[in-house]
Amino acid sequence: MSKLQNALIGGVRTVLGHLPAAWLPGASPDQLADKRVTLGTQQPRIDGPEKVRGTARFAAEVPMDDLLHAAFVHSTIARGTIAELDVTAAEAAPGVALVMTHHNAPRMKVPPTIGLTNLKAAGNHTLPVMQDAEIRWNGQVMAVILAETREQADHAATLVRMSYDAAPSRTRFEEGKAHARTPDSMLMERNRLEKGNPARKLAEAAVSIDATYNTPWLSQNPIEPHAATIAWQGEKLIVHDATQMINATAGSLAKVFGIKEEDVFVSSPFVGGGFGAKGLWDHQILGAAAAKLAGRPVRVRLSRASMHRLVGGRTQTEQRVALGSDANGKLKALLHHGYATKPLHSICDEGFGLTGRSLYACESFDIVQHYVDLDLLANSFMRGPGEAPGTFAIECAMDELAHALKMDPVELRRRNVATCDPVSGAPHSQSDIMAAYDMGAQRIGWGRRAAEPRTRSDGEWLIGMGCASGTFPFIRMPGTSARITLDSGGHAHVASAAHEMGMGTATVQRQHAADRLGLPLDSVSVTIGDSRLPFASFAGGSSQTASLGAAISAASDKLAAQLLRLAGNDTPLAGLKPGEVRFADGGLRKIDDPARYESFASILKRAGREEVSVIGESTAPLEMLKFSMHSTSAIFCEVRVSEVTGEIRVARLVGAFDCGRILNAQTAASQFKGGMIMGLGMALAEETLLDERSGRIMSTSLAEYHVPVHLDVPDIDVMWTDIPDPRTPMGARGIGEIGTTGVAAAVANAIFNATGIRVRDLPITLDKLNLG
Amino acid sequence: MPISINGADHPLPDDPRVSLLDLLREREGLTGTKLGCNQGACGACTVLLDGERVLSCLTLAVQADGREVRTIEGLEGPDGALHPLQQAFIDHDGFQCGYCTPGQICSAIAMAQELRRGDPSHVTADLASGPNGPTREEIRERMSGNLCRCGAHNGIVEAIEQMLAREAL
Repeated sequence: MSKLQNALIGGVRTVLGHLPAAWLPGASPDQLADKRVTLGTQQPRIDGPEKVRGTARFAAEVPMDDLLHAAFVHSTIARGTIAELDVTAAEAAPGVALVMTHHNAPRMKVPPTIGLTNLKAAGNHTLPVMQDAEIRWNGQVMAVILAETREQADHAATLVRMSYDAAPSRTRFEEGKAHARTPDSMLMERNRLEKGNPARKLAEAAVSIDATYNTPWLSQNPIEPHAATIAWQGEKLIVHDATQMINATAGSLAKVFGIKEEDVFVSSPFVGGGFGAKGLWDHQILGAAAAKLAGRPVRVRLSRASMHRLVGGRTQTEQRVALGSDANGKLKALLHHGYATKPLHSICDEGFGLTGRSLYACESFDIVQHYVDLDLLANSFMRGPGEAPGTFAIECAMDELAHALKMDPVELRRRNVATCDPVSGAPHSQSDIMAAYDMGAQRIGWGRRAAEPRTRSDGEWLIGMGCASGTFPFIRMPGTSARITLDSGGHAHVASAAHEMGMGTATVQRQHAADRLGLPLDSVSVTIGDSRLPFASFAGGSSQTASLGAAISAASDKLAAQLLRLAGNDTPLAGLKPGEVRFADGGLRKIDDPARYESFASILKRAGREEVSVIGESTAPLEMLKFSMHSTSAIFCEVRVSEVTGEIRVARLVGAFDCGRILNAQTAASQFKGGMIMGLGMALAEETLLDERSGRIMSTSLAEYHVPVHLDVPDIDVMWTDIPDPRTPMGARGIGEIGTTGVAAAVANAIFNATGIRVRDLPITLDKLNLG
Repeated sequence: MPISINGADHPLPDDPRVSLLDLLREREGLTGTKLGCNQGACGACTVLLDGERVLSCLTLAVQADGREVRTIEGLEGPDGALHPLQQAFIDHDGFQCGYCTPGQICSAIAMAQELRRGDPSHVTADLASGPNGPTREEIRERMSGNLCRCGAHNGIVEAIEQMLAREAL
């Protein structure tokens, strides 16, 4: 993340700014934005029966003969070296086949790390894995035990004796701030943004606020623990993994072990929840290394505690926001400064500093974020990275400004809504956040809100309402590809190494392919989840649907051309070019002369072909650099707070989303609600507790890390504007992460409205409410 | 005595320390029952023991000696038709990734029986007279031991309501 990157991306943006939009991907709106048959309708998940029967097979359930089970021994200090490592008792324990430490582990390279330029890289940190005696975080794996049963492995792990030469460690956020570094860039953007004269504008503002907000370390905690069933067949490595990065894991493991990419097979048809956690961490590497040493297949399944020690979560942040406006609420200055923990060995940017530069038009900006380097586990991208903590700070600050102005918070947003990119001036591809606000306000009955805090109550319960904006960028990944195979029976099969962790990937892309190819839904099937299928980038950044959608669209163009070639001259389609025909009624039809038609079956039969197969690929996403492309939302919340105990209950939650067109009403609603519930957890319950003296995570179970349970989740209303984005495949933007953004602020703002108490530290637990 | 699992007899494991969860998943290949935490905090491993819900990770297999265990694999009808609650989960999208789903379904089946029996819960206003019907509040409280991280809570509660409504007909 460098100055060079800033210069390159800035240069491309400048060039694209001068190019006509017609030359870029998405030049003309995808006809499927409007012409739809199954897209947009409610379709049940095609894998639903397998999931409710319990027959969907997850990574730890793949049967394999001669399997060994792995257990890990973790370091208990944050920094230092191993002085003594005695594994004799562990080796002698019943059932133990292997104890692997840095003494006998095979030489392995550091996996290539996730980045903008290498789609085959999945590494989350830059540290060597079990190659030396050095300890870099509290919880690093010191030894791997392989035994005939998991119980035997777990028991033997307790018999490993270790002592350390401890070194001074840096594990305190406050102390680390003094030495924080300031990166040049943040994902694809410059980190530091100064526009106008924010200091003067703040000083001159008629109304201003200035506050600091804190968000804690959070952990994804998918219900399926990380797992992999791993086997070597000679030089070939087979990994049944739980991953949202199939091809990247295969590519990275090839580099780690110095073998050919085509000799690594990664399969992951079902993932039991990811949320950014299911990438390549040390456990797959160690499992594969141990399997190689032992000469037998290995199953790794992380205990809940090991998940917390080995898989990073969302990093802690401290954010200062200052806003200044004129007396009418028009923003004059937006300052957003802050810190996030990001060890030097960590890869993932928690880019909260990007939030404030897309939502609101403002005369001046002063935005920068700094990284605190601590001796901790690398962090990762957790659902809504950047924008989830970023919207907490910015949207609470907007609420504070509205209160200072004595203005309705929705009205404050209306007066400042951005009509183009507030920083670059680039046009939006599509954006109508106020349509979302209007829908949401009507649904929750915003008119019932009392402007003055702590004025509504029901017995001991104080009642309040709050709102906040959510936002997440549109991302389409290049390189994702899909194969369409069309057979003489008129059935189309779509294949791609894409991922299913609950989003409904195959369900939705089946709808897409059916509409794209003019076929009924039951004439289309979809296979995903295996690295031997055509390449797909990761399931992250809410990018998979757009990326895979672009690939299927490209493949369908190729398919039309291929079918016309096969059709030859003895056909009603003779002489037509691909642009002159469309898919319809199980065949190709001339666009302006519907009588000229031939069915797929007829074309293939005459050509003597059983099937025709093509591969299409998502091209470079230049539209992301030409246009300002963001999904947005308006979140509304009603809370009840006990005046006696401080207990907070969320009574209602409404999310209105402006995310382009919705592809499947049922799975989309579930994505939105799911994201919002993770936002509820962030608001009220979730916190990974670190012992700052030792750098050890204390909350390593689901009894100590609190996620929302059924009784915490009210009826949630979700709705969407459904306005097509003319620059995206199917007119849709990603929806997987935006649900999480804005929710914590809406809850905090509702709590302020109910109680008059402003809590700026998440999670908002009852001990932080002094209702006196 | 053998353990009856979904109607078929299985011998007790020779090691008395084997959990019911490990018996099902590791020894009998019944992987429909999920392991989420192995410490009783998530509910993913919920199965029915003589019709009552138990966390199979905290139940020793020997505790099922001579008793009937029903897992997600044993819920469908003899013709392979889905149990009404399995179908309701599909109808209401009561899951996303599907990992907590078997535990949610097993838990809800036993919960319905607890409601019918009139067992009170934390949100029951009058403990002596029992729950005031299958309200959403009662369902939510009683299902709170089954965690879902994808956030399918609304759909799960709606699916359970659908099953209860059909039973009441």
